[in-house]
Amino acid sequence: MSQYVLRRILIAIPSLLGISLVLFVVLALAPGDPFSELATNPNVPPEVALALRAKFGLDDPIYLRYLHWLSAMAHGDWGFSFVSRMNVDTLILQRLPATLYVIGSAQILALLVAIPVGVYAATKPYSLFDQIANTLAFVGFSLPTFFTGILFILIFSVTLDWLPFVYSTDIKGTGIRWVLEMIRQAIMPVMVLGLFQAASLTRFVRSAMLDVIRLDYVTTARAKGLGQVKVIVKHVMRNAMIPVVTLIALQMPAVFGGAIVTEQIFRIPGIGSLLISSILANDTPVVMAVTFVFACLVVLFNLIADVLYGWLDPRISLR
Amino acid sequence: MAPLLEIKGLKTHFSTDDGILQAVDGVDISINRGETLCVVGESGCGKTVTAMSILKLIAMPPGRIAAGEIIFEGRDLVPLTSNQLDEIRAKEIGFIFQEPMTSLNPVLTIGEQIAESLRRHEAVTRKQALERTIDMLKLVQIPNAEGRVHHYPHQFSGGMRQRVMIAMALACKPKLVIADEPTTALDVTIQAQILDLLQDMKERFGMAVMLITHAMGVVAETAQRVVVMYAGKVVEEAPVDDLFSDPRHPYTQGLIRSIPRIDLDSEHKTRLEAIGGSVPILINPPVGCRFAPRCRFAMDICTRKEPLLREIAPGHRMACHLGDAS
Repeated sequence: MSQYVLRRILIAIPSLLGISLVLFVVLALAPGDPFSELATNPNVPPEVALALRAKFGLDDPIYLRYLHWLSAMAHGDWGFSFVSRMNVDTLILQRLPATLYVIGSAQILALLVAIPVGVYAATKPYSLFDQIANTLAFVGFSLPTFFTGILFILIFSVTLDWLPFVYSTDIKGTGIRWVLEMIRQAIMPVMVLGLFQAASLTRFVRSAMLDVIRLDYVTTARAKGLGQVKVIVKHVMRNAMIPVVTLIALQMPAVFGGAIVTEQIFRIPGIGSLLISSILANDTPVVMAVTFVFACLVVLFNLIADVLYGWLDPRISLR
Repeated sequence: MAPLLEIKGLKTHFSTDDGILQAVDGVDISINRGETLCVVGESGCGKTVTAMSILKLIAMPPGRIAAGEIIFEGRDLVPLTSNQLDEIRAKEIGFIFQEPMTSLNPVLTIGEQIAESLRRHEAVTRKQALERTIDMLKLVQIPNAEGRVHHYPHQFSGGMRQRVMIAMALACKPKLVIADEPTTALDVTIQAQILDLLQDMKERFGMAVMLITHAMGVVAETAQRVVVMYAGKVVEEAPVDDLFSDPRHPYTQGLIRSIPRIDLDSEHKTRLEAIGGSVPILINPPVGCRFAPRCRFAMDICTRKEPLLREIAPGHRMACHLGDAS
């Protein structure tokens, strides 16, 4: 097992190298760089701007710049943000907790809604409960988060004035007050993102359950007199969760992508809004680092999916 | 003595988009204690549905027991809820399914799948359940039972899996075991082993066996009594020797003539006979005898009036108008 994980991590290295190369080339080909501001700034003489570009190696051939970036990354130097005037790794570490808090809670909410609803709907297909769940799920994933987000703000912040619509990282107060406030301000983004995820996940859980529920070994389990709950949980769910786990892990990139939009709407100072503002400000080192972090997370979740897969399904041996 | 299980006028219907499918339409079957009863008939004749109806293992909906009684040890099972039936499932009536490849849960060890049945029905600790599971695996002749108990189904061959299924069905020592085509999915050599094993187990535990099959060879080898089903109805019922020596219903005769004969020398060998046509669709079946369209003796009355099951010799019953004429 640990050998398998180790080997998978080693295999991840070339794919991460490939991803970083593609990201680097795309960013290099994109118009604008951190010093394009200087060229239009009347206070900076053109020769100074040129000298700065030469000093930072911006006019070097692309492969040299890539190798330079790579060796810096290997030494733990993530670069310097020209806009925020701080090291990129510090900046990301500052922004990451808010993102992980919101995305993590949203994903947990999605699972807490989708699994029970999907499982129960599958045990009574075409019942009233199933039809209501199906309709709501359909509505849920038809509405994009930027729409539901604004709708939530309009209802719960503007009209009812129950919840704050700007996410704040420096909440006053300590202890339980601080915790409550952290929860209160996360409610809307977590609901918007979580319910959107839950909608598609519910339908997936339901169909995965229905695929298993009519299999022969479920009849075998029933013939043992185990009772409905035990048959469903032990024999059906255990098998139905195998494709669900894969889907959740493979969905993670989309979740991060969706989080970028949600973070923009609720002004959450997370890694997604950092990415957007960095792109707008031509802050290439940050863009490169954030997209690379996303790539690492995707690779990590794929690895987690494979390990869980092997744990859930004994037919797959992790060798 | 009252029979162990008595099915009276069982009707199991399925609602489909095209109408009500009368898969089982008025079946009477009884099984005595310790006896082996074979239920034969071609695919789609309702034998599996009959068996599954006993413990309500059919999908409901769309399936439904429309009428009839299933009396097991003096108690009618039809009105019982699924929860009440759970006390009888595996404990009183064990089930062996057709497909050993798909009838075991791929993500649980075989030991767990046998032991959970024991833990459900008997007051045993995990350790005791494991010990009894290993004993059962030894009984069904699985080599290295202590090691194999922790293996998963995919690590077993088809024949071995069917042995596991038998161990599972017998773990709680039921009074009746229903085996639904237990050898159909297996190699011929393995088939004989599994039938022998079933016979051994029957002698050891003294349970009754309801063996569902479409292979007449299996019937001749194992049964004491035989029920022949056609299109959701019983057409003939007889002790096994009577059925083979004196089959009365044209369908039974056809079934027996379709068995290859190896005992005849080449002069007497004839072409193997097939029964022409196929089983009727059981949505709005025609009135009269359901076998009439395929029957070589079909008369006028056959398409007008349904023949009823009646006794023509002690223990020998059949449903055909042919007997009436004589």
